[in-house]
This record gives sequence, structure tokens and C-alpha cells, in this order.
Amino acid sequence: MSKRLLEVKGLTKAFGGVVAVSEVDFHLNQGEIVAVIGPNGAGKTTLFNMITGVLPPTSGQVFFDGKELTGKQPYQIAEAGITRTFQNLQVFENMSVIENVMTGVHCRLKTGFLQAGLRLMGVKKEEQQAFDIAMSCLEKVGIADLAFEPAEVLPYGNQRLLEIARASASSPQLILLDEPMAGLNPQESRQLVDIIKKKREEGMSFLFVEHDMETVMGISDRIVVIDYGKKIAEGTPAEIYENEKVIAAYLGTEDEEEAI
Amino acid sequence: MNHSRVNDLYNRHYGGLFLFIVVLAIVPFFVNSFFLSVLILVGLYAIVTTGLTMLMGYAGQISLGHAAFYGVGAYASAVMTGTHGMPGIVGVLVGVILSIVIAVLIGIPTLKLKENYLALATLGFGIIIFTFFKELKEITGGLNGFFGIPSFSLFGFSFDTDLKFYFLIWVLLIIGILFSKNVIDSRVGRALRSIHGSDIAANSIGVNIQQYKLKVFVLSAVYASVAGSLYAHYVTFINPNLFTAMESINFLIMVVIGGSANIWGGMIGAIVYVLLNELLKDIVPVFFPNVGGEFQIVFFGVLLVAILIYMPQGLAPTLGKLWGRLVGRKSKKQAVTGPPNADATVGGSK
Ligand SMILES: Nc1ncnc2c1ncn2[C@@H]1O[C@H](COP(=O)(O)OP(=O)(O)OP(=O)(O)O)[C@@H](O)[C@H]1O
Ligand SMILES: [Mg+2]
Repeated sequence: MSKRLLEVKGLTKAFGGVVAVSEVDFHLNQGEIVAVIGPNGAGKTTLFNMITGVLPPTSGQVFFDGKELTGKQPYQIAEAGITRTFQNLQVFENMSVIENVMTGVHCRLKTGFLQAGLRLMGVKKEEQQAFDIAMSCLEKVGIADLAFEPAEVLPYGNQRLLEIARASASSPQLILLDEPMAGLNPQESRQLVDIIKKKREEGMSFLFVEHDMETVMGISDRIVVIDYGKKIAEGTPAEIYENEKVIAAYLGTEDEEEAI
Repeated sequence: MNHSRVNDLYNRHYGGLFLFIVVLAIVPFFVNSFFLSVLILVGLYAIVTTGLTMLMGYAGQISLGHAAFYGVGAYASAVMTGTHGMPGIVGVLVGVILSIVIAVLIGIPTLKLKENYLALATLGFGIIIFTFFKELKEITGGLNGFFGIPSFSLFGFSFDTDLKFYFLIWVLLIIGILFSKNVIDSRVGRALRSIHGSDIAANSIGVNIQQYKLKVFVLSAVYASVAGSLYAHYVTFINPNLFTAMESINFLIMVVIGGSANIWGGMIGAIVYVLLNELLKDIVPVFFPNVGGEFQIVFFGVLLVAILIYMPQGLAPTLGKLWGRLVGRKSKKQAVTGPPNADATVGGSK
């Protein structure tokens, strides 16, 4: 249970003069659900972007499953077993729902240009395999009936579920969710909480950013609090609930801002 | 498990294709020699635009330099067969190898760029290659052109009449389209489309986007090169002005006309473009006796803009729907579950 899956050491990102993330350390054990919280602009998305290789860190390191991932490309990090969803949705609007999720199976399959172009043996089998995996992922998030719809026509909440299905299609060990509840109605949020809990029972771990405190307190094993790029607290929901620095940070700023 | 449904995913019924092939086989016997030569030109262009449709339509990478690969193929074949007396297939292969090498060298730095810059970079690359064609006079004949390219022959069979050449080109085109279709309906095709959909998401779920962009760029260059080789054999005389940036833009126009969301789009675009072009050549002088080729440029420029605004998916989907109605196959994927209200609420958390 307590194998260290993800370890972040001194992670720092400076955009010119702005230090968006500064010397952040934390870890996540296998099977854990860890929340990263903080006011808008605190650096949460930037932290996720560094862990998933979207942005190279200015300094610091990321270890996953005993291997260093710092400086690796996003696709290599996905291959290593970390996938993610996005705060501002990044659904493939030019594909059907099922194709979105089948693309998520990409790194578990092998078909290349020549094999595909000549439709050599094995291609059909892989298509079936990708389809079956994708279907079961869609079933788990409850939108299998929409499989053949173009992804762009899905309502917002379903697009969020689609991103989660896509991120879980390669059976990663860890999924990073950036504000998964944003824009969902209470019923959809509860549904999503159930999905996350169920996936955790299957052995998946989650690191997620969320502003909805009820959800955060409800499902997190531990919480990491970031303010102005620095980690200001870490602990169980009960500990964080009473932490004075956290309360101060949250009463201080309440603006809304947007980033990736 | 879901056997029937995985087959629903892509339209892989070949009834329509069979019909099309029958028509293709009959048509040349009922048209005059001028129209046959037009059809050959359509086939050659369509080979180029099929490759480009994969690159631009599916992977979303704009190239304004493919006339250069068309030219590389043409000059490779001209030099190998004309100057060195080698068999036609050697010229084709040399063209393909050269194009692959050039595409890799050009692709590695440029495919990192965002769309607009990529378009500019490939445009610049096309101009450089054009300059090589022009200045390497010893090999290419420079602006005077390269004369006397022999007709194409394969295993002792010479494609020395327009009719034979027509079949060569269209068989090759169908093979090219089927290959592309197979690529698109697979893991590789989804990877390419995912780059177009969201390169950051594609990368984050395990698609090596640089590698896929490079490979599809190379593949499209190969299509262009092969078409260029055969074009040289067909016209027997080439000069650098056949491979200018304008020609690259014409290829782009064909791809846009045909549409990006269908592998047949490239061919449809080539047909429409060439036919319109021939029509204009006949009609324009009747009304405007004093204008020349400029009119065509203006016309296709306006058409390009109009299609981008009113029919961003091009003609192929519309024709596809018509075809579906014709054969009575209902187009699925019509149902709309809800309004695409995503942008109304994006982010704005809490
Ligand atoms: N690419 C960038 N270039 C320059 N500054 C950036 C960039 N990305 C983020 N920032 C800045 O870094 C800081 C942290 O942004 P980030 O998006 O990580 O915050 P966040 O905690 O995710 O906020 P939110 O809750 O609004 O999503 C902000 O001040 C933001 O303006
Ligand atoms: Mg954020």
C-alpha cells in the first residue's frame, strides 16, 4: 500500500520574472488520492504541466515508480504510466467519442504506418482490442451509449467524463485530474466521485486539483496546499481543515483566473 | 465481444469503390484524346493530394512546398532514364529516396513549428528546391528545361500510349487511396487526427507527436514524388517553372476543395480543380478576350476563401451524403445529444 509512486523534489518553474511554482516537494503513495489545492493562480496547473512533461521545470526533479522522469516528453511520461485530463477541455473534437478513447489506448498497441497501410495481420485484432478496451472505459464512466457520437456535440459534463475515460484507457498507474468537477452540476460531481473511488479500488492512484472543497475533503487521503507557487501545508483533510495558513490563504484571494 | 460495432466504426464497404472502378475502366474508351489527357493529369494530381490530405486534412499540418517533392520525383526520373538510360522504376525509386531524405531533413526542424510558421517554412523550402532545379544546369538543364524523357516502362512493358498511361496512373491512385484509407482507419490514423484535435492532449496520452508528424510528412512527400516521376514520363519535357510555389498552392487548393475529413477528398479536389481550370480556359477568352492566366488565379483564390468560409469540410462530405442517399445507406452519426455548450462554461471554476 505505501509504495512511493510519485515523488516531486524541489520543483520550480519561472516564467521570465514570475515564479509560478517554487521549490515544491511532495509524494504520492500507490493507491492514494492526493488533492492539490490553492487559490487561483497559485501554480497548480503549472505543477501538473511539469509532472506530465508539458513544461520543462526550471529546476527540481520528478520520480515515478523509482525512475526519474524529469525532462521527459509527455508521451514518454504517458508510456511510463501517468496520464492526465485538462482544466480547459482538450477533447479531440474531430473524432467520435469511442475514437477519442481508442486513441487513449495508443501506447498499448503497436500498429505502424506500413502495417496499417497494408492491413497486415494483427491490425484487425488490435482494432478489436482497442475498441473493447475503449468501450469498457466508456462503460465505467457511464457514457457508453454515446460511443458513436462526434465528441464535439457532447455536453460539457460528458466531455469531462470522456477525458477521464481517455486518460484511463492505457491503464496508467496514476491519473492527474485538473479541476475535474469544474462546470459539473452536483449530480455529475457525485457521479465523478464514485468513478474515482471505483478506479482507486482497481489500483489506480489519483492526483487532482479541485476547488470544490466538499469533494476534496470527501475523497482525498492527503491534501497539498499551494499558495503563490509555494507549498504552505500538507496533511490529511482534517489537518488541513484546521490549518491557519490555509485559512488565511483562502480568505486572502478569491479572484478567478484561467490557464491551461 | 463487440464485433459488429467495431465494424461500424469506419465505413469499409467496398461496393461503391467497385462501381467507381468499373466506371474508371469504361470511361477512357468513350472520351476523346484531349479529355483522356485531362484525366491523366487529374490522376497525377490526385496522387499528390491524397498524400497531402493525410498530412493536412488528418494531421492538420499545412505544407506549401509539395510541388518541390513533385519536382524531385520528376527530375530524378528525367535524369535517371533520360541522361543515364536506366529503367523507369530506378528513376521512381531514386526520386522516392531523395524525397524521403529531404523530407526528413526539412521536417525535423519545421514540424516543431505551429501551423502558420510551418506553412511559411515549407513555402521557403519549396523556393529553395526550385532554385536548385533552376541553377543545377548541368543536371537539370536549368530554365531551358529537360527534353526527351522516355516513356515509362515496367518489366519490359512500355506505357507508351495515353490509354496505357491512364490505366497505370489510376490503378496507382486507387492503390494509394486504399493504402491511405487503411492508415487512417487504424491506430496510426487516430494518432494523426489526435494531433489535429489537440496536440497537447495527444502527447499526454502517449502519442509521439513529432514522430507522427514527420512520418506523415515523409509519406506525403513519397506520394508527391512518385506522381512527379510519372508526370515527367508522361509530358517528356519538364522545366523548373512546373514546380513553383504557385503549383504548391494549387495542390493546397485541391485539398481544400475536396475536403479534409475524407480520404477521397484529395481526388475529388483534383477532379474539380482540373475540370474548372479547363472550363475557365475555354470560357474566359469568350467574355474577356484580353486577360490571361491571372483570371484563373483570382478565381481559385476567391473559391479557396469561399470554401474555407462556407464549406470548411470541403466537398467530400456533401458528396458522401449524396452518395449515401443514392445507395440508400443512412448516414449514422446524425443524432445530436446536446448543444455544444462547452465554451460557455470552460474553466471558470468554483
Ligand atoms: N505559459 C505561461 N507563461 C507565463 N505565465 C504563466 C504561464 N502559465 C501560467 N503562468 C502564470 O503562472 C501562475 C500560475 O498559473 P497556474 O495556471 O499554474 O495557476 P493555477 O493554480 O492552476 O490557477 P487556477 O486555479 O486559476 O487554474 C499564474 O500567475 C499564471 O499567470
Ligand atoms: Mg489551473
